Amino acid sequence: MTTATVGKKRASRLNFTNLFRWVVGSVAVVVIFYGSIKSVASGRLSWAQWRDLMVFGVAQGSVYALIAMGYTMVYGVLRFINFAHGEVFMSGAMIGYFVADALNRAGIWNEQPVVSLLIVLLVSMTTATSIAVILERVAYRPLRGAPRLIPLITSIGASFTLQYLFRGLFGAGTKAYPPMAAIQGKWIIFGIPILKSQVIVIGSAIVVMAGLYLFVEKTKTGRSMRAVAEDPETAALMGINVDGTIVKVFAVGGAMAGVAGALWTLVFPTVNFFSGFLPGIKAFTAAVLGGIGNIFGAMLGGVSLGMFESVGPSLVLGGYEVPAFNQLKDVVAFSALVLVLIFRPTGILGERLAQERG
Amino acid sequence: MERAATAAEPLDDLLPAPVLSLQRAVRFGLIGGMAAVVVAAIGMVETFEARTLIDPFLALGLTTLYLASFTFGFVAGSPPPEREGFAKPKAGLRSLAAGAIAGVLAGVVLSAFMLLADAVNLRNIFVSVSPQLLELLTFGKGLGTGILLVLVVSTAVGVAGSAVHLIPAQVRRPIMYTVMWVLLVGLLQSVIEPVFRGLGLPSLIDVLYEEAGGLRLAGVVIVAAAVFLLSFFLGGKGRALQGRLDALPAQRRRSYISILLLVAAAIVYMIPRVVGPFLSEVLDLAGLYLLMALGLNIVIGYAGLLDLGYVAFFAVGAYTTAILTSPNSPRFTPEMTLWASLPFVVLAAALAGLLVGTPVLRMRGDYLAIVTLGFGEIARILLNSDALKETFGGAQGIINIPNMVIGPLTVRGPEVFFYPIFIFAILAGYVSLAIQNSRMGRAWMAMREDELVAETMGVNIVAAKLSAFVVGASLASIGGALFAVKVGSVFPSSFNIVVSITILVLIIVGGMGSVPGVTVGALALVALPELLREFNEYKFLMYGILLIFMMLKRPEGFIPSKRRALELHQDEVLQDAWLQIYGDEETGPQEEGV
Repeated sequence: MTTATVGKKRASRLNFTNLFRWVVGSVAVVVIFYGSIKSVASGRLSWAQWRDLMVFGVAQGSVYALIAMGYTMVYGVLRFINFAHGEVFMSGAMIGYFVADALNRAGIWNEQPVVSLLIVLLVSMTTATSIAVILERVAYRPLRGAPRLIPLITSIGASFTLQYLFRGLFGAGTKAYPPMAAIQGKWIIFGIPILKSQVIVIGSAIVVMAGLYLFVEKTKTGRSMRAVAEDPETAALMGINVDGTIVKVFAVGGAMAGVAGALWTLVFPTVNFFSGFLPGIKAFTAAVLGGIGNIFGAMLGGVSLGMFESVGPSLVLGGYEVPAFNQLKDVVAFSALVLVLIFRPTGILGERLAQERG
Repeated sequence: MERAATAAEPLDDLLPAPVLSLQRAVRFGLIGGMAAVVVAAIGMVETFEARTLIDPFLALGLTTLYLASFTFGFVAGSPPPEREGFAKPKAGLRSLAAGAIAGVLAGVVLSAFMLLADAVNLRNIFVSVSPQLLELLTFGKGLGTGILLVLVVSTAVGVAGSAVHLIPAQVRRPIMYTVMWVLLVGLLQSVIEPVFRGLGLPSLIDVLYEEAGGLRLAGVVIVAAAVFLLSFFLGGKGRALQGRLDALPAQRRRSYISILLLVAAAIVYMIPRVVGPFLSEVLDLAGLYLLMALGLNIVIGYAGLLDLGYVAFFAVGAYTTAILTSPNSPRFTPEMTLWASLPFVVLAAALAGLLVGTPVLRMRGDYLAIVTLGFGEIARILLNSDALKETFGGAQGIINIPNMVIGPLTVRGPEVFFYPIFIFAILAGYVSLAIQNSRMGRAWMAMREDELVAETMGVNIVAAKLSAFVVGASLASIGGALFAVKVGSVFPSSFNIVVSITILVLIIVGGMGSVPGVTVGALALVALPELLREFNEYKFLMYGILLIFMMLKRPEGFIPSKRRALELHQDEVLQDAWLQIYGDEETGPQEEGV
């Protein structure tokens, strides 16, 4: 008797949600296609402008991808969303600013641009890595095995704490990186003129992510990370130091966020205590979009989200002649998150984790 | 059984008690020192120093600073946990030594920071590290003497912290209460003064307080004596009174309770008159937060759905009210009164609840949190956008929302507004309590524990989730309506993510699922920073730290609901159960062997 009723319940539930998904999905598809066709047909933007938007999207997206690495790796191992990861990213950019400022005042910033950028990158990475590791030690490690909402709420608290700690320490004002003459202007790559800063961002992101991929796939540490992600208990039985591996995962995620922090300031050269929030959420979206727990997915998701966010408002909303559609670019990103979670919670490459019972 | 017998054996065969390790004291000392440095570097000491607690010598700034030494001295000196087979560890000289070590090290770290701040200009980076701060830290005595003083004070405070363990438990409580109340009365001067004035006792103010701020020494003595005597004579009497009330026959008990309720109502009626406009304003704000927190408590505390975009429902309530009632709202010209619009407000919020709830029906907890956060941000951006300016007024918001009118009475000003907020908060509290034990409430709690099991037991998960969202959203929307009418205007900037997090903190600190906990949380965490301006600057930092601390040490909150506390400490209960079984098994084979 019970099985029959349960079966019936389940069927009705699926019908209800499926109906909902179907309706929302078809509306979304129609809206997106109609808007895109209209705005392309209107010819408001030239091909060169679309192309610039796309390149900008890729640059922005590769930073999202770098931040998303931290979410995806931590999620893969601990099955929880490290809400404070956006603040780890912000901390790198923030401390990097003080170094850049000091270099600028010492006159090195414009004289030795490569060295300066490398120093900022290194400082940003070190800061972000240490913050991520401290966070793990203080806030997350004592909560291993706690009910799922508890580490999540802790990470929200950690995010808030870091934001307002940085606000208290360094002031609430927005800090502007000193401009660097060497990265102004454009390079022509495959016949396409691209802003130098964007070339650097995309190039470094590719190098770093390739490095990360090799690290995870080819080294012993990477293998132990994958083993812990697969099954921590068995990994422990095989002689892997689970706690140590988790610390390394946080460290690698933090280092990626540090790189992202340094690169982000090449595209958007300002930082304040709140500037980790939105990139953090969007990077999470990117991780989900690509399939959380999957490193390739995070790369793919980051770049797609960056493109979508930069092209989407003009393409879709512009078609409907929505006034001031650029204000709504975050709405586009968040809608992408909601739509992905409704239709493909597994992401592009991921397995079905969004509904898995942890 | 056998276990109990061994435990009662004479203590001869026990190993000596574990002793405090030096390493632990050193660690806590260093952490304490770093905490003190952070407190100083974020400008807390300097800002807080403006508030004098006890007139000539004690201000809040340095008190906060040395609280670090005290706390970590206390922690370092706490006796090690009791271990089976070992004698019970007792606090003794070793505790004091540990406290002293922690205190000295905290002082050393702080001194190092002072030396650094003196040698290098840190102000370009750390905005609050100013010469004034340094002067404050050195007690205005110059760097050399200052550092010596810091070391001495920090050590003394650390020892004092560890000495708490040496005081016998019966005395400890009255002493702690006395110290706490003296500090509290000193802190809350700006609250207590208007209350005394409202009660017609202005002369008492002069006895207690210095005019420029801070308790007089006489005030300290009076407060200390009063608290000490009260706690000495009344300690534990509350429960006895409750017991006596329970023992009364039903009819008399009912009449007693109704008399108590009448008295309470009279007191509540008097509150805004006595406390004056400023305090009423603060209470109004706390009441609005309480209303929202009760709503979110249903979503998170009862149903276990972590909603981080809760402020969106508040915004829906406020904006619907504004659009329907204000003559300045561009879209809807037929204006309504607040009461006529209220059903539409709740309806709009319920629809919003469905809108948010439906897509997330099948998501697990952490995804739900992020998606609701996304919804909250979408709502705020849309309200702010020029695209929907026609309806929502963009960044300029909607102004000219008419006042609340009850019959012939126009509700205006914070003192009068206290009553509707209070009544709605009471209603929300009543609804929460009533719903908790209803069929729906039990379904929510079952779902919170385990969705699959709940579903198997016949709980309709879709209905339970959606109803939680709808009920929570409705409560928030009423809060929003009251907010809009009270302020007279709505702006998108009032509906920030920070509001959602604040409400979350209230619930977590008070106790998820516990109505009294949420109430106390709202009063302590919203009203207090509002009353003490210098707290306001650091309140979000404190919220963040509180969230982490609560999750690590007391996930059930300070005033937990019974059921919730049981769930969260299930492990311990289970462990105990396991021990019992283990114990039985241990004796089992032995018997067989015999």
